[in-house]
Amino acid sequence: MWEALQYDFMRNALLAGLLVSISCGIIGSLVVVNRIVFISGGIAHAAFGGVGLGFFYGFSPFLGAAAFASGASLIMGAVSLKNKHRADTIIGVLWAIGMAVGIILIDLTPGYHVDLMSYLFGSILAVPSADLWLMLPLDGFIFLAVLFFYKEFVALSYDEEFAFVMGVPVKTLYLLLLGMTAFSIVMIIRVVGLILVIALLTIPPFIAEKYTRSLGHMMLLSSILSICFTFLGLWLSYVFDITSGATIILVAGVGFFFSQILNFIKGKVEIPFRKQWSDHENH
Amino acid sequence: MRELTTPAVEMKGIWFSYERTPVLEDISFTLKEGDFLGMIGPNGGGKTTLLKLLLGILKPDRGLIRVLGEEPHRARRRVGYVPQNTDSNNTFPVSVMDVVLMGRLAISRMGKSFSAKDRPMAEEALRKVGMWNSKNTPIGKLSGGQRQRVLIARALVAEPEILFLDEPTAKVDPEFESNIYDFLKELNRRATIVTITHDVGVISRYVKSVACVNRTLIYHEEAQITNEMLEMAYECPVDLIAHGIPHRVLPHHEHH
Repeated sequence: MWEALQYDFMRNALLAGLLVSISCGIIGSLVVVNRIVFISGGIAHAAFGGVGLGFFYGFSPFLGAAAFASGASLIMGAVSLKNKHRADTIIGVLWAIGMAVGIILIDLTPGYHVDLMSYLFGSILAVPSADLWLMLPLDGFIFLAVLFFYKEFVALSYDEEFAFVMGVPVKTLYLLLLGMTAFSIVMIIRVVGLILVIALLTIPPFIAEKYTRSLGHMMLLSSILSICFTFLGLWLSYVFDITSGATIILVAGVGFFFSQILNFIKGKVEIPFRKQWSDHENH
Repeated sequence: MRELTTPAVEMKGIWFSYERTPVLEDISFTLKEGDFLGMIGPNGGGKTTLLKLLLGILKPDRGLIRVLGEEPHRARRRVGYVPQNTDSNNTFPVSVMDVVLMGRLAISRMGKSFSAKDRPMAEEALRKVGMWNSKNTPIGKLSGGQRQRVLIARALVAEPEILFLDEPTAKVDPEFESNIYDFLKELNRRATIVTITHDVGVISRYVKSVACVNRTLIYHEEAQITNEMLEMAYECPVDLIAHGIPHRVLPHHEHH
């Protein structure tokens, strides 16, 4: 294993995993508690249109993905603020259109046949150093923005209407959250690909929520879990020579089931105990 | 002097609909400062919608709303709100203390953490509702009644000039229910109170005026449920009978 660290690509992969996990833990927690998992999926898939555009016009596909993802996040955010009852349908439509646009633009790109797999399932082993220098300030921005508006984000996530009555600019913060989600998603696409984005964004916070007592701790634990899943997945994929993105997600999936079983057992232990007490009171 | 003449709440010709279903039609009423209004009416009659219009959460299709002389979204920092106690979002990781601190958001600055003054105020509010010992408990671990107390503490800590409550005693044990209203009565010396209630006992003992909401609104400046209200809101009398009517609530039968 350790000899792998001699390679630049492996060091870059670990650094990318670390940087992505930090934003994943922060934004993923907000995505889970604000129930915007579906919008996040929509943003991830709509981003593929930008990948296609990048290839067609010959600029960086990730730049295209970032542009499409942020555009999609703003449109979907505006739609969900304006028309709550049909928002999911419209998000689903944008989701599909983004994918279709991407595929057709790649079809139309002359000559060159792109390796679609690396965008659909990630390519963490091929992260150039330049990308790390893009991820670092994005992480910094997300960290500082959430730190700055921490109490407002907590209030917004727990009880949006009450936060509004208290004068919190809930719509602005909601759109800021979606924008940050878009940039996180583009980073995560690098690691596990757009199809698996949702898993890495939601599994760690979902596990962390049960073991933490504040949103900040939830974010911290999610980031740590995400780092563990990413590094363990990366190591397994290296040892067994299998696709890294899918391995990372499978590791996260195992963690998810393990925590569910743990919760189930804990529940089993608690319930008979409580029942005993109420029986006792009834006698 | 001017403050005395500004009504706490003013509604003129308010219409509101969800999608295309009309919920409220042509509602007009004025509530004077220092009043204690009990709002009754059948479920689905529009009570909660009316409250959310006053809070600025919803916008009317037509009409004029003033709260403390301002548009609702401008007045929102001066109002307190106790929403309906639902079981949603109970896995959210937040402690009782942090929930109560949310009531200080209107006063504290954005982008700063809560100040040294906010915590003692939250402590005082939690002690008033008897929940100080649970300050570190996750909100989801509380019973419905305990959570209701915390939501009330959260509204109080904002020191509102007008307090809106949506069925504040829905899941509370009867003993604490009268505590809450005694407490609101005391608070009413300083603040106007608007509460939705199903409990007519409350109306006879605590409120100063009554409104019955069922698409339209009938307002009565005394703590009396009029025959007109009973006719308008068919379900109102069901509640009345169920609770046993203190005779003071109903006026003598009037011949029209």
